[in-house]
Amino acid sequence: MAEERAELRQRRLTLPASAEAIAGLEPGNVVYLDGVVYTAREGVYQKVVVEREALPVADLASVSNANFHCSPAAAPDGKGGYVIGGVTATASFRFSKYLADWLDLTGTRIVIGKGGMGAKDYKEVLAPRGAIYLTTVGYGTGALLGRGVKAVESVHWLKELGIAQAMWFFRVENFGPFLVDSDTAGNSLFQRQGELVNAGIEALYAGLKPPALRRYGETDDRRDELL
Amino acid sequence: MIAHEQVETAAYEIMKKAAIDIPEDYLGGVKGMIDLETGDLSSFVLKSMVDNWEAATEDRRPMCADTGLPRYYVKVGNEARVAGGFCGVEEALRSATARATHDVPLRPNRVHPLWRTEHNNNVGINAPEIEWSFEPDVDWIDVTTVHKGGLFGTDYRMLFPGDGIDGIKRVFLDTLIAFGKRGLACQPAIVGVGVGGSKDICMTLGKQAACLRVVGDANPDPRIAALEQELKELGNRIGMGAMGFVGSSMVVDCHVEVGYTHTGGMPVSVHTFCLSSRRATARLHADGRTTYRTDPKWFTPYMRRETIGWPRSEPSSASAG
Repeated sequence: MAEERAELRQRRLTLPASAEAIAGLEPGNVVYLDGVVYTAREGVYQKVVVEREALPVADLASVSNANFHCSPAAAPDGKGGYVIGGVTATASFRFSKYLADWLDLTGTRIVIGKGGMGAKDYKEVLAPRGAIYLTTVGYGTGALLGRGVKAVESVHWLKELGIAQAMWFFRVENFGPFLVDSDTAGNSLFQRQGELVNAGIEALYAGLKPPALRRYGETDDRRDELL
Repeated sequence: MIAHEQVETAAYEIMKKAAIDIPEDYLGGVKGMIDLETGDLSSFVLKSMVDNWEAATEDRRPMCADTGLPRYYVKVGNEARVAGGFCGVEEALRSATARATHDVPLRPNRVHPLWRTEHNNNVGINAPEIEWSFEPDVDWIDVTTVHKGGLFGTDYRMLFPGDGIDGIKRVFLDTLIAFGKRGLACQPAIVGVGVGGSKDICMTLGKQAACLRVVGDANPDPRIAALEQELKELGNRIGMGAMGFVGSSMVVDCHVEVGYTHTGGMPVSVHTFCLSSRRATARLHADGRTTYRTDPKWFTPYMRRETIGWPRSEPSSASAG
C-alpha cells in the first residue's frame, strides 16, 4: 500500500511552506523544519480570535505559516534575550474552537502540537484551507526540539500572558522530528492507527465482570475517543 | 546537624538532575521494550526518545519542556536534626524550586487555579507539594523531587469487594486505553496502582507507586507482586504502543501499593508516569555530605508496616543491662 510506505519517510520543509510543499506531505512522514515558527495557544487565541486584537507582527504569513502549540522552557538571559532549554508541545484538541478563525486571520497552514485533533477538525477546518497537522514525537523530544531553536526572534504579550502563553517567534533549523498526522485531504494517522488498535480492545474485557456501581456521563464504548 | 543551606543546594541539584537526566532503570526498561516492539511507528517513537535523552544529557537541557508539577517527597530519619527546623526545610525547597526554574530553565507551569495568576517560579499556594515520611534509627534526610505531567493518564474509582481483581483490571484497562489513545498518557510509562486506603490516600499511594518505585522493583507481598506482573502484561497486550500507535509498548513496569480500607469498599487509582520519568533523590547526611541517586527508596518496610509498634533498635551502650 502506498499509504503504508509513506510512513517514516523523511521530509525537510522551509518555512513559510508553499501550498505545493504542504500538499506533498502524507500521514506518517517524518518532518524537519527550517525558518521561523511561532507559538500560539489559548491566551493568544483569546486575544486575536475572540477579542479581535491586531496580530503583533504585520503580514504574519510572509514570516511564517507554522503555528506551534507550545510553551517553551524559557528564561531571560540577562542581556535582553532568552535562554531556551526544552521545547515541547501541548495537547491541541483543546484549541479546536478557535482554529477556523485563526487560520483565516493568520494564514497558518501548518499546525504543530501534541496528539492531533479530531477527524472533524481535519475534514472541516484544516483540509479545506490547505492546512495540515504535525504532531511532536514521544511526547516529547524537548531536548531535540530545543536544539533546533537557533534564536528567539521576538516575543509578544509576555507581560500579559506569561512565559507559557506568550507568542514566541523562533528561528529554527533542522527542527524536529515531527510526524504528519493529517494531510491536505484530511486523512489522519492517529485515526488510522486508532482503528487498528480498536479492533483488539473488546477481547481484553472478555470474561471480566461488570462493576457493581456504574457512573454517570461516561462512555462504555472503548472505541470512542474522549476528546 | 544538617545545615539549611545543604538542603537548599541539594534540592536545587535534584531539580536539575530530574529535569535533564533520564533515570537508568527507566532507560533500561524502554530499551528492552524497543527490542520487543514490532510496530514501526511505535518503535520509531521510542528510538527518538532515546536520542532525546542523549541530547538532554549532552546539552544539559531539559528532556521535556512541560515541567509538569515539580514537587518533593521528604523522608526524615528519626534521629535527624536540621538547622532552622522543618519549616526551614520547606522554605529551602521552595527557594530551590524558584532558583532551578530560572536557571535550568524549567517552564513556570504553576498558576492559581481560578485566576491563572503566576509568579513565574513554580511556587505558590500549596506548591510545590511536599510530602513527609519518617524512618526509624537513622539520622539522614532523603529529599526526592518528581516532575510529573499533570493532565492525562490518571483516574480514580470506588470499587467494592465483590468487584475483586476483575474490577481492578477493568479500571486499569479503562485508564490506559482512554489516555493511551494518541499517546496523551506519554506512554510507555511506569504505571502505579493504589488499592485501598481512604479516597485521598488511595490516590496518594498510586501516585507514589508510579513515581517513587523503580523499574524492576517488586512489592514484597508475593501475591501483590504477581498482580503487578499480571497487570503489566495485560497493559502490554492492549495492542497500543507509544503515541497510541499499533504496538506493545505501554507499561514499562507496574507497581501496586495498598492501604487498609473501609470494610465495604475497594478504592482504586491508576497513575501513569511519563516518557521522561523525572525523579532524583539526594541524601543529606548528618556529617554534611550529600549523595545523589535515582532510586527514591520511598517504600521502606517501616512505611508498609502492619502492626501497632515497630521494633526499636537499642543503642548498644544501653543494652548492656
